[in-house]
Amino acid sequence: MIEVGDLTVTFGTGARAVRAVRGISFTVAEGESFGLVGESGSGKSTVLRAMAGLNRDWGGRMTVAGQPLGKTRARAFYRSLQMVFQDPFGSLHPRHTINDILGEPLKIHVIGDSETRILNALDEVGLGPEYRFRFPHQLSGGQRQRIAIARALIINPPIMLLDEPTSALDVSVQAEILNLLRRLRNEHRLTYILVSHDLSVVAHMCDRLAIMNAGRVVEQLSVERLRAHEPDHPYTKQLLRASLGYDRAAAENLEWFD
Amino acid sequence: MSGAGDDTLLDVKNLSVRFQTTKGPVEAVRGVSFTLGRERLGIVGESGSGKSQTGRAILGLTAKNGRISADHVRFDGMDLARTTDQAMRKVRGARISMIMQDPRYSLNPVIRVGEQIAEAYRVHTGANRSEARRRTIEMLNRVRIREVEKVVNLYPHEVSGGMGQRIMIAMMLIPDPDILIADEPTSALDVTVQLQVLAILDDMVRERGMGLIFISHDLNLVASFCDRVLVMYGGQIMETLDAGKLHEAEHPYTRGLLNCLPTLNDARDLAVLERDPAWLEPVGAGGPGGGQ
Ligand SMILES: Nc1ncnc2c1ncn2[C@@H]1O[C@H](COP(=O)(O)OP(=O)(O)OP(=O)(O)O)[C@@H](O)[C@H]1O
Ligand SMILES: Nc1ncnc2c1ncn2[C@@H]1O[C@H](COP(=O)(O)OP(=O)(O)OP(=O)(O)O)[C@@H](O)[C@H]1O
Ligand SMILES: [Mg+2]
Ligand SMILES: [Mg+2]
Repeated sequence: MIEVGDLTVTFGTGARAVRAVRGISFTVAEGESFGLVGESGSGKSTVLRAMAGLNRDWGGRMTVAGQPLGKTRARAFYRSLQMVFQDPFGSLHPRHTINDILGEPLKIHVIGDSETRILNALDEVGLGPEYRFRFPHQLSGGQRQRIAIARALIINPPIMLLDEPTSALDVSVQAEILNLLRRLRNEHRLTYILVSHDLSVVAHMCDRLAIMNAGRVVEQLSVERLRAHEPDHPYTKQLLRASLGYDRAAAENLEWFD
Repeated sequence: MSGAGDDTLLDVKNLSVRFQTTKGPVEAVRGVSFTLGRERLGIVGESGSGKSQTGRAILGLTAKNGRISADHVRFDGMDLARTTDQAMRKVRGARISMIMQDPRYSLNPVIRVGEQIAEAYRVHTGANRSEARRRTIEMLNRVRIREVEKVVNLYPHEVSGGMGQRIMIAMMLIPDPDILIADEPTSALDVTVQLQVLAILDDMVRERGMGLIFISHDLNLVASFCDRVLVMYGGQIMETLDAGKLHEAEHPYTRGLLNCLPTLNDARDLAVLERDPAWLEPVGAGGPGGGQ
């Protein structure tokens, strides 16, 4: 469903150039859920943004549903792929009602029957019709994140790119959203790429994952191997150790990988 | 501080925050009492339970439609609930720092991040430009940012989520505050960088005697990092626990939160929280909100 080959993304030029993504490759099968984990600043969001067509300065190959991607994307592309952004505060227009926000993708893709679809989308994410004419600031953080997910889902895209969809949420809302995403994936055979710092979230949601460090993929492994604490790369081993909670001695002994 | 042998940095008694809205009043914080020593005090609780508003009220940063009431908020001989704006400005930042929940929005979007940190350093220390620049680089290295020489030239929207959080942490530590209120300071960090940033905060508490209020929804992290933890629901403190005993909590709300957590080994659907209306009733003076 998704093939990424030797993808590179560099911001700026000359001495100030930031080589955010340095030649990474992976494939995701249809109906699969693929995790992207790694150091803060290692390029995870940049990979998703390049795939979603939000950044034109990339090199390498990307293929989605058999179609090689160019620098620009036709409108139809977004019917097959939608992204939920890392930042639930910034991604909803503050002066648009929920109705406007959910109606926009329908307008862009000239999909009719918007009232029914908006109410359905709200229902899918567990929000009643009373939320339809509210503004984003009148919702809690978790409710806003559910709107962001509903906006991505409303046009039924077969592929969803999820950038830290629950890191800003408390554990009870996180549980609701993870259950929702799993249900939708099972019902509609969706393909996910999920970025998360939380290895338990990735283990819960994904089949396989790639571990990123400093713009590279250092290792790809199945969730079974992660669960068995059997990764190959020392950075992944370090991540697993650090995920057990705060430990002063472990903090002292962390290695730095380049 | 208020006297030799007295390790209480902050004493909050019966703090409430109420907002006026077009749909009537919202009681965001209801009669919260706790003390903070030279320790790591965690605040956990579901979204909307009043964690951030508690932190903001201590520093007088409540939005205009909100009203704070308290028996007292005692800090270094002052009552922060009743002090003048001028005195509050001297406390805020310099003596009690707060790391806000959405760091990239707390940074000025049109100034390069290196300049912002250096400027904050100059304001607090009176250092010259080159000294401020040197210290800025040093601090960003300390919070484990890679290629610091390049990052100082970026604008806030050009740094990753986790880099923004670390930049805010570096800025807030500049004045060497007596108390740091950190609102979800590590939610965008990977677990290894998180560990290193927590070690820095840990040092500030252990070596310099800072008091840390650590607001987080990461129950496992709070259990392993903090000394004590306040569990909030509906604006009240439901219970106060030794952080190491968080997993043995008996309150059904705390248990409900713990049960929502995904684990590495369990792929079943997650439990969701069943809320009990009784939890909203006033906890009452001398109750679990006593905070000792
Ligand atoms: N517009 C930009 N201009 C310059 N550098 C950028 C820009 N956007 C991202 N970067 C840089 O690219 C690198 C990767 O950033 P990215 O946001 O992909 O990281 P990430 O893995 O998602 O991190 P986090 O887990 O902290 O969100 C960082 O060094 C960042 O500063
Ligand atoms: N300016 C305001 N006007 C009205 N209500 C407000 C205002 N600011 C906050 N609130 C309400 O106060 C309550 C407590 O908010 P607070 O930000 O303290 O929650 P929190 O525990 O930090 O949640 P989260 O985990 O989502 O950050 C919420 O119900 C919120 O909607
Ligand atoms: Mg990111
Ligand atoms: Mg908050």
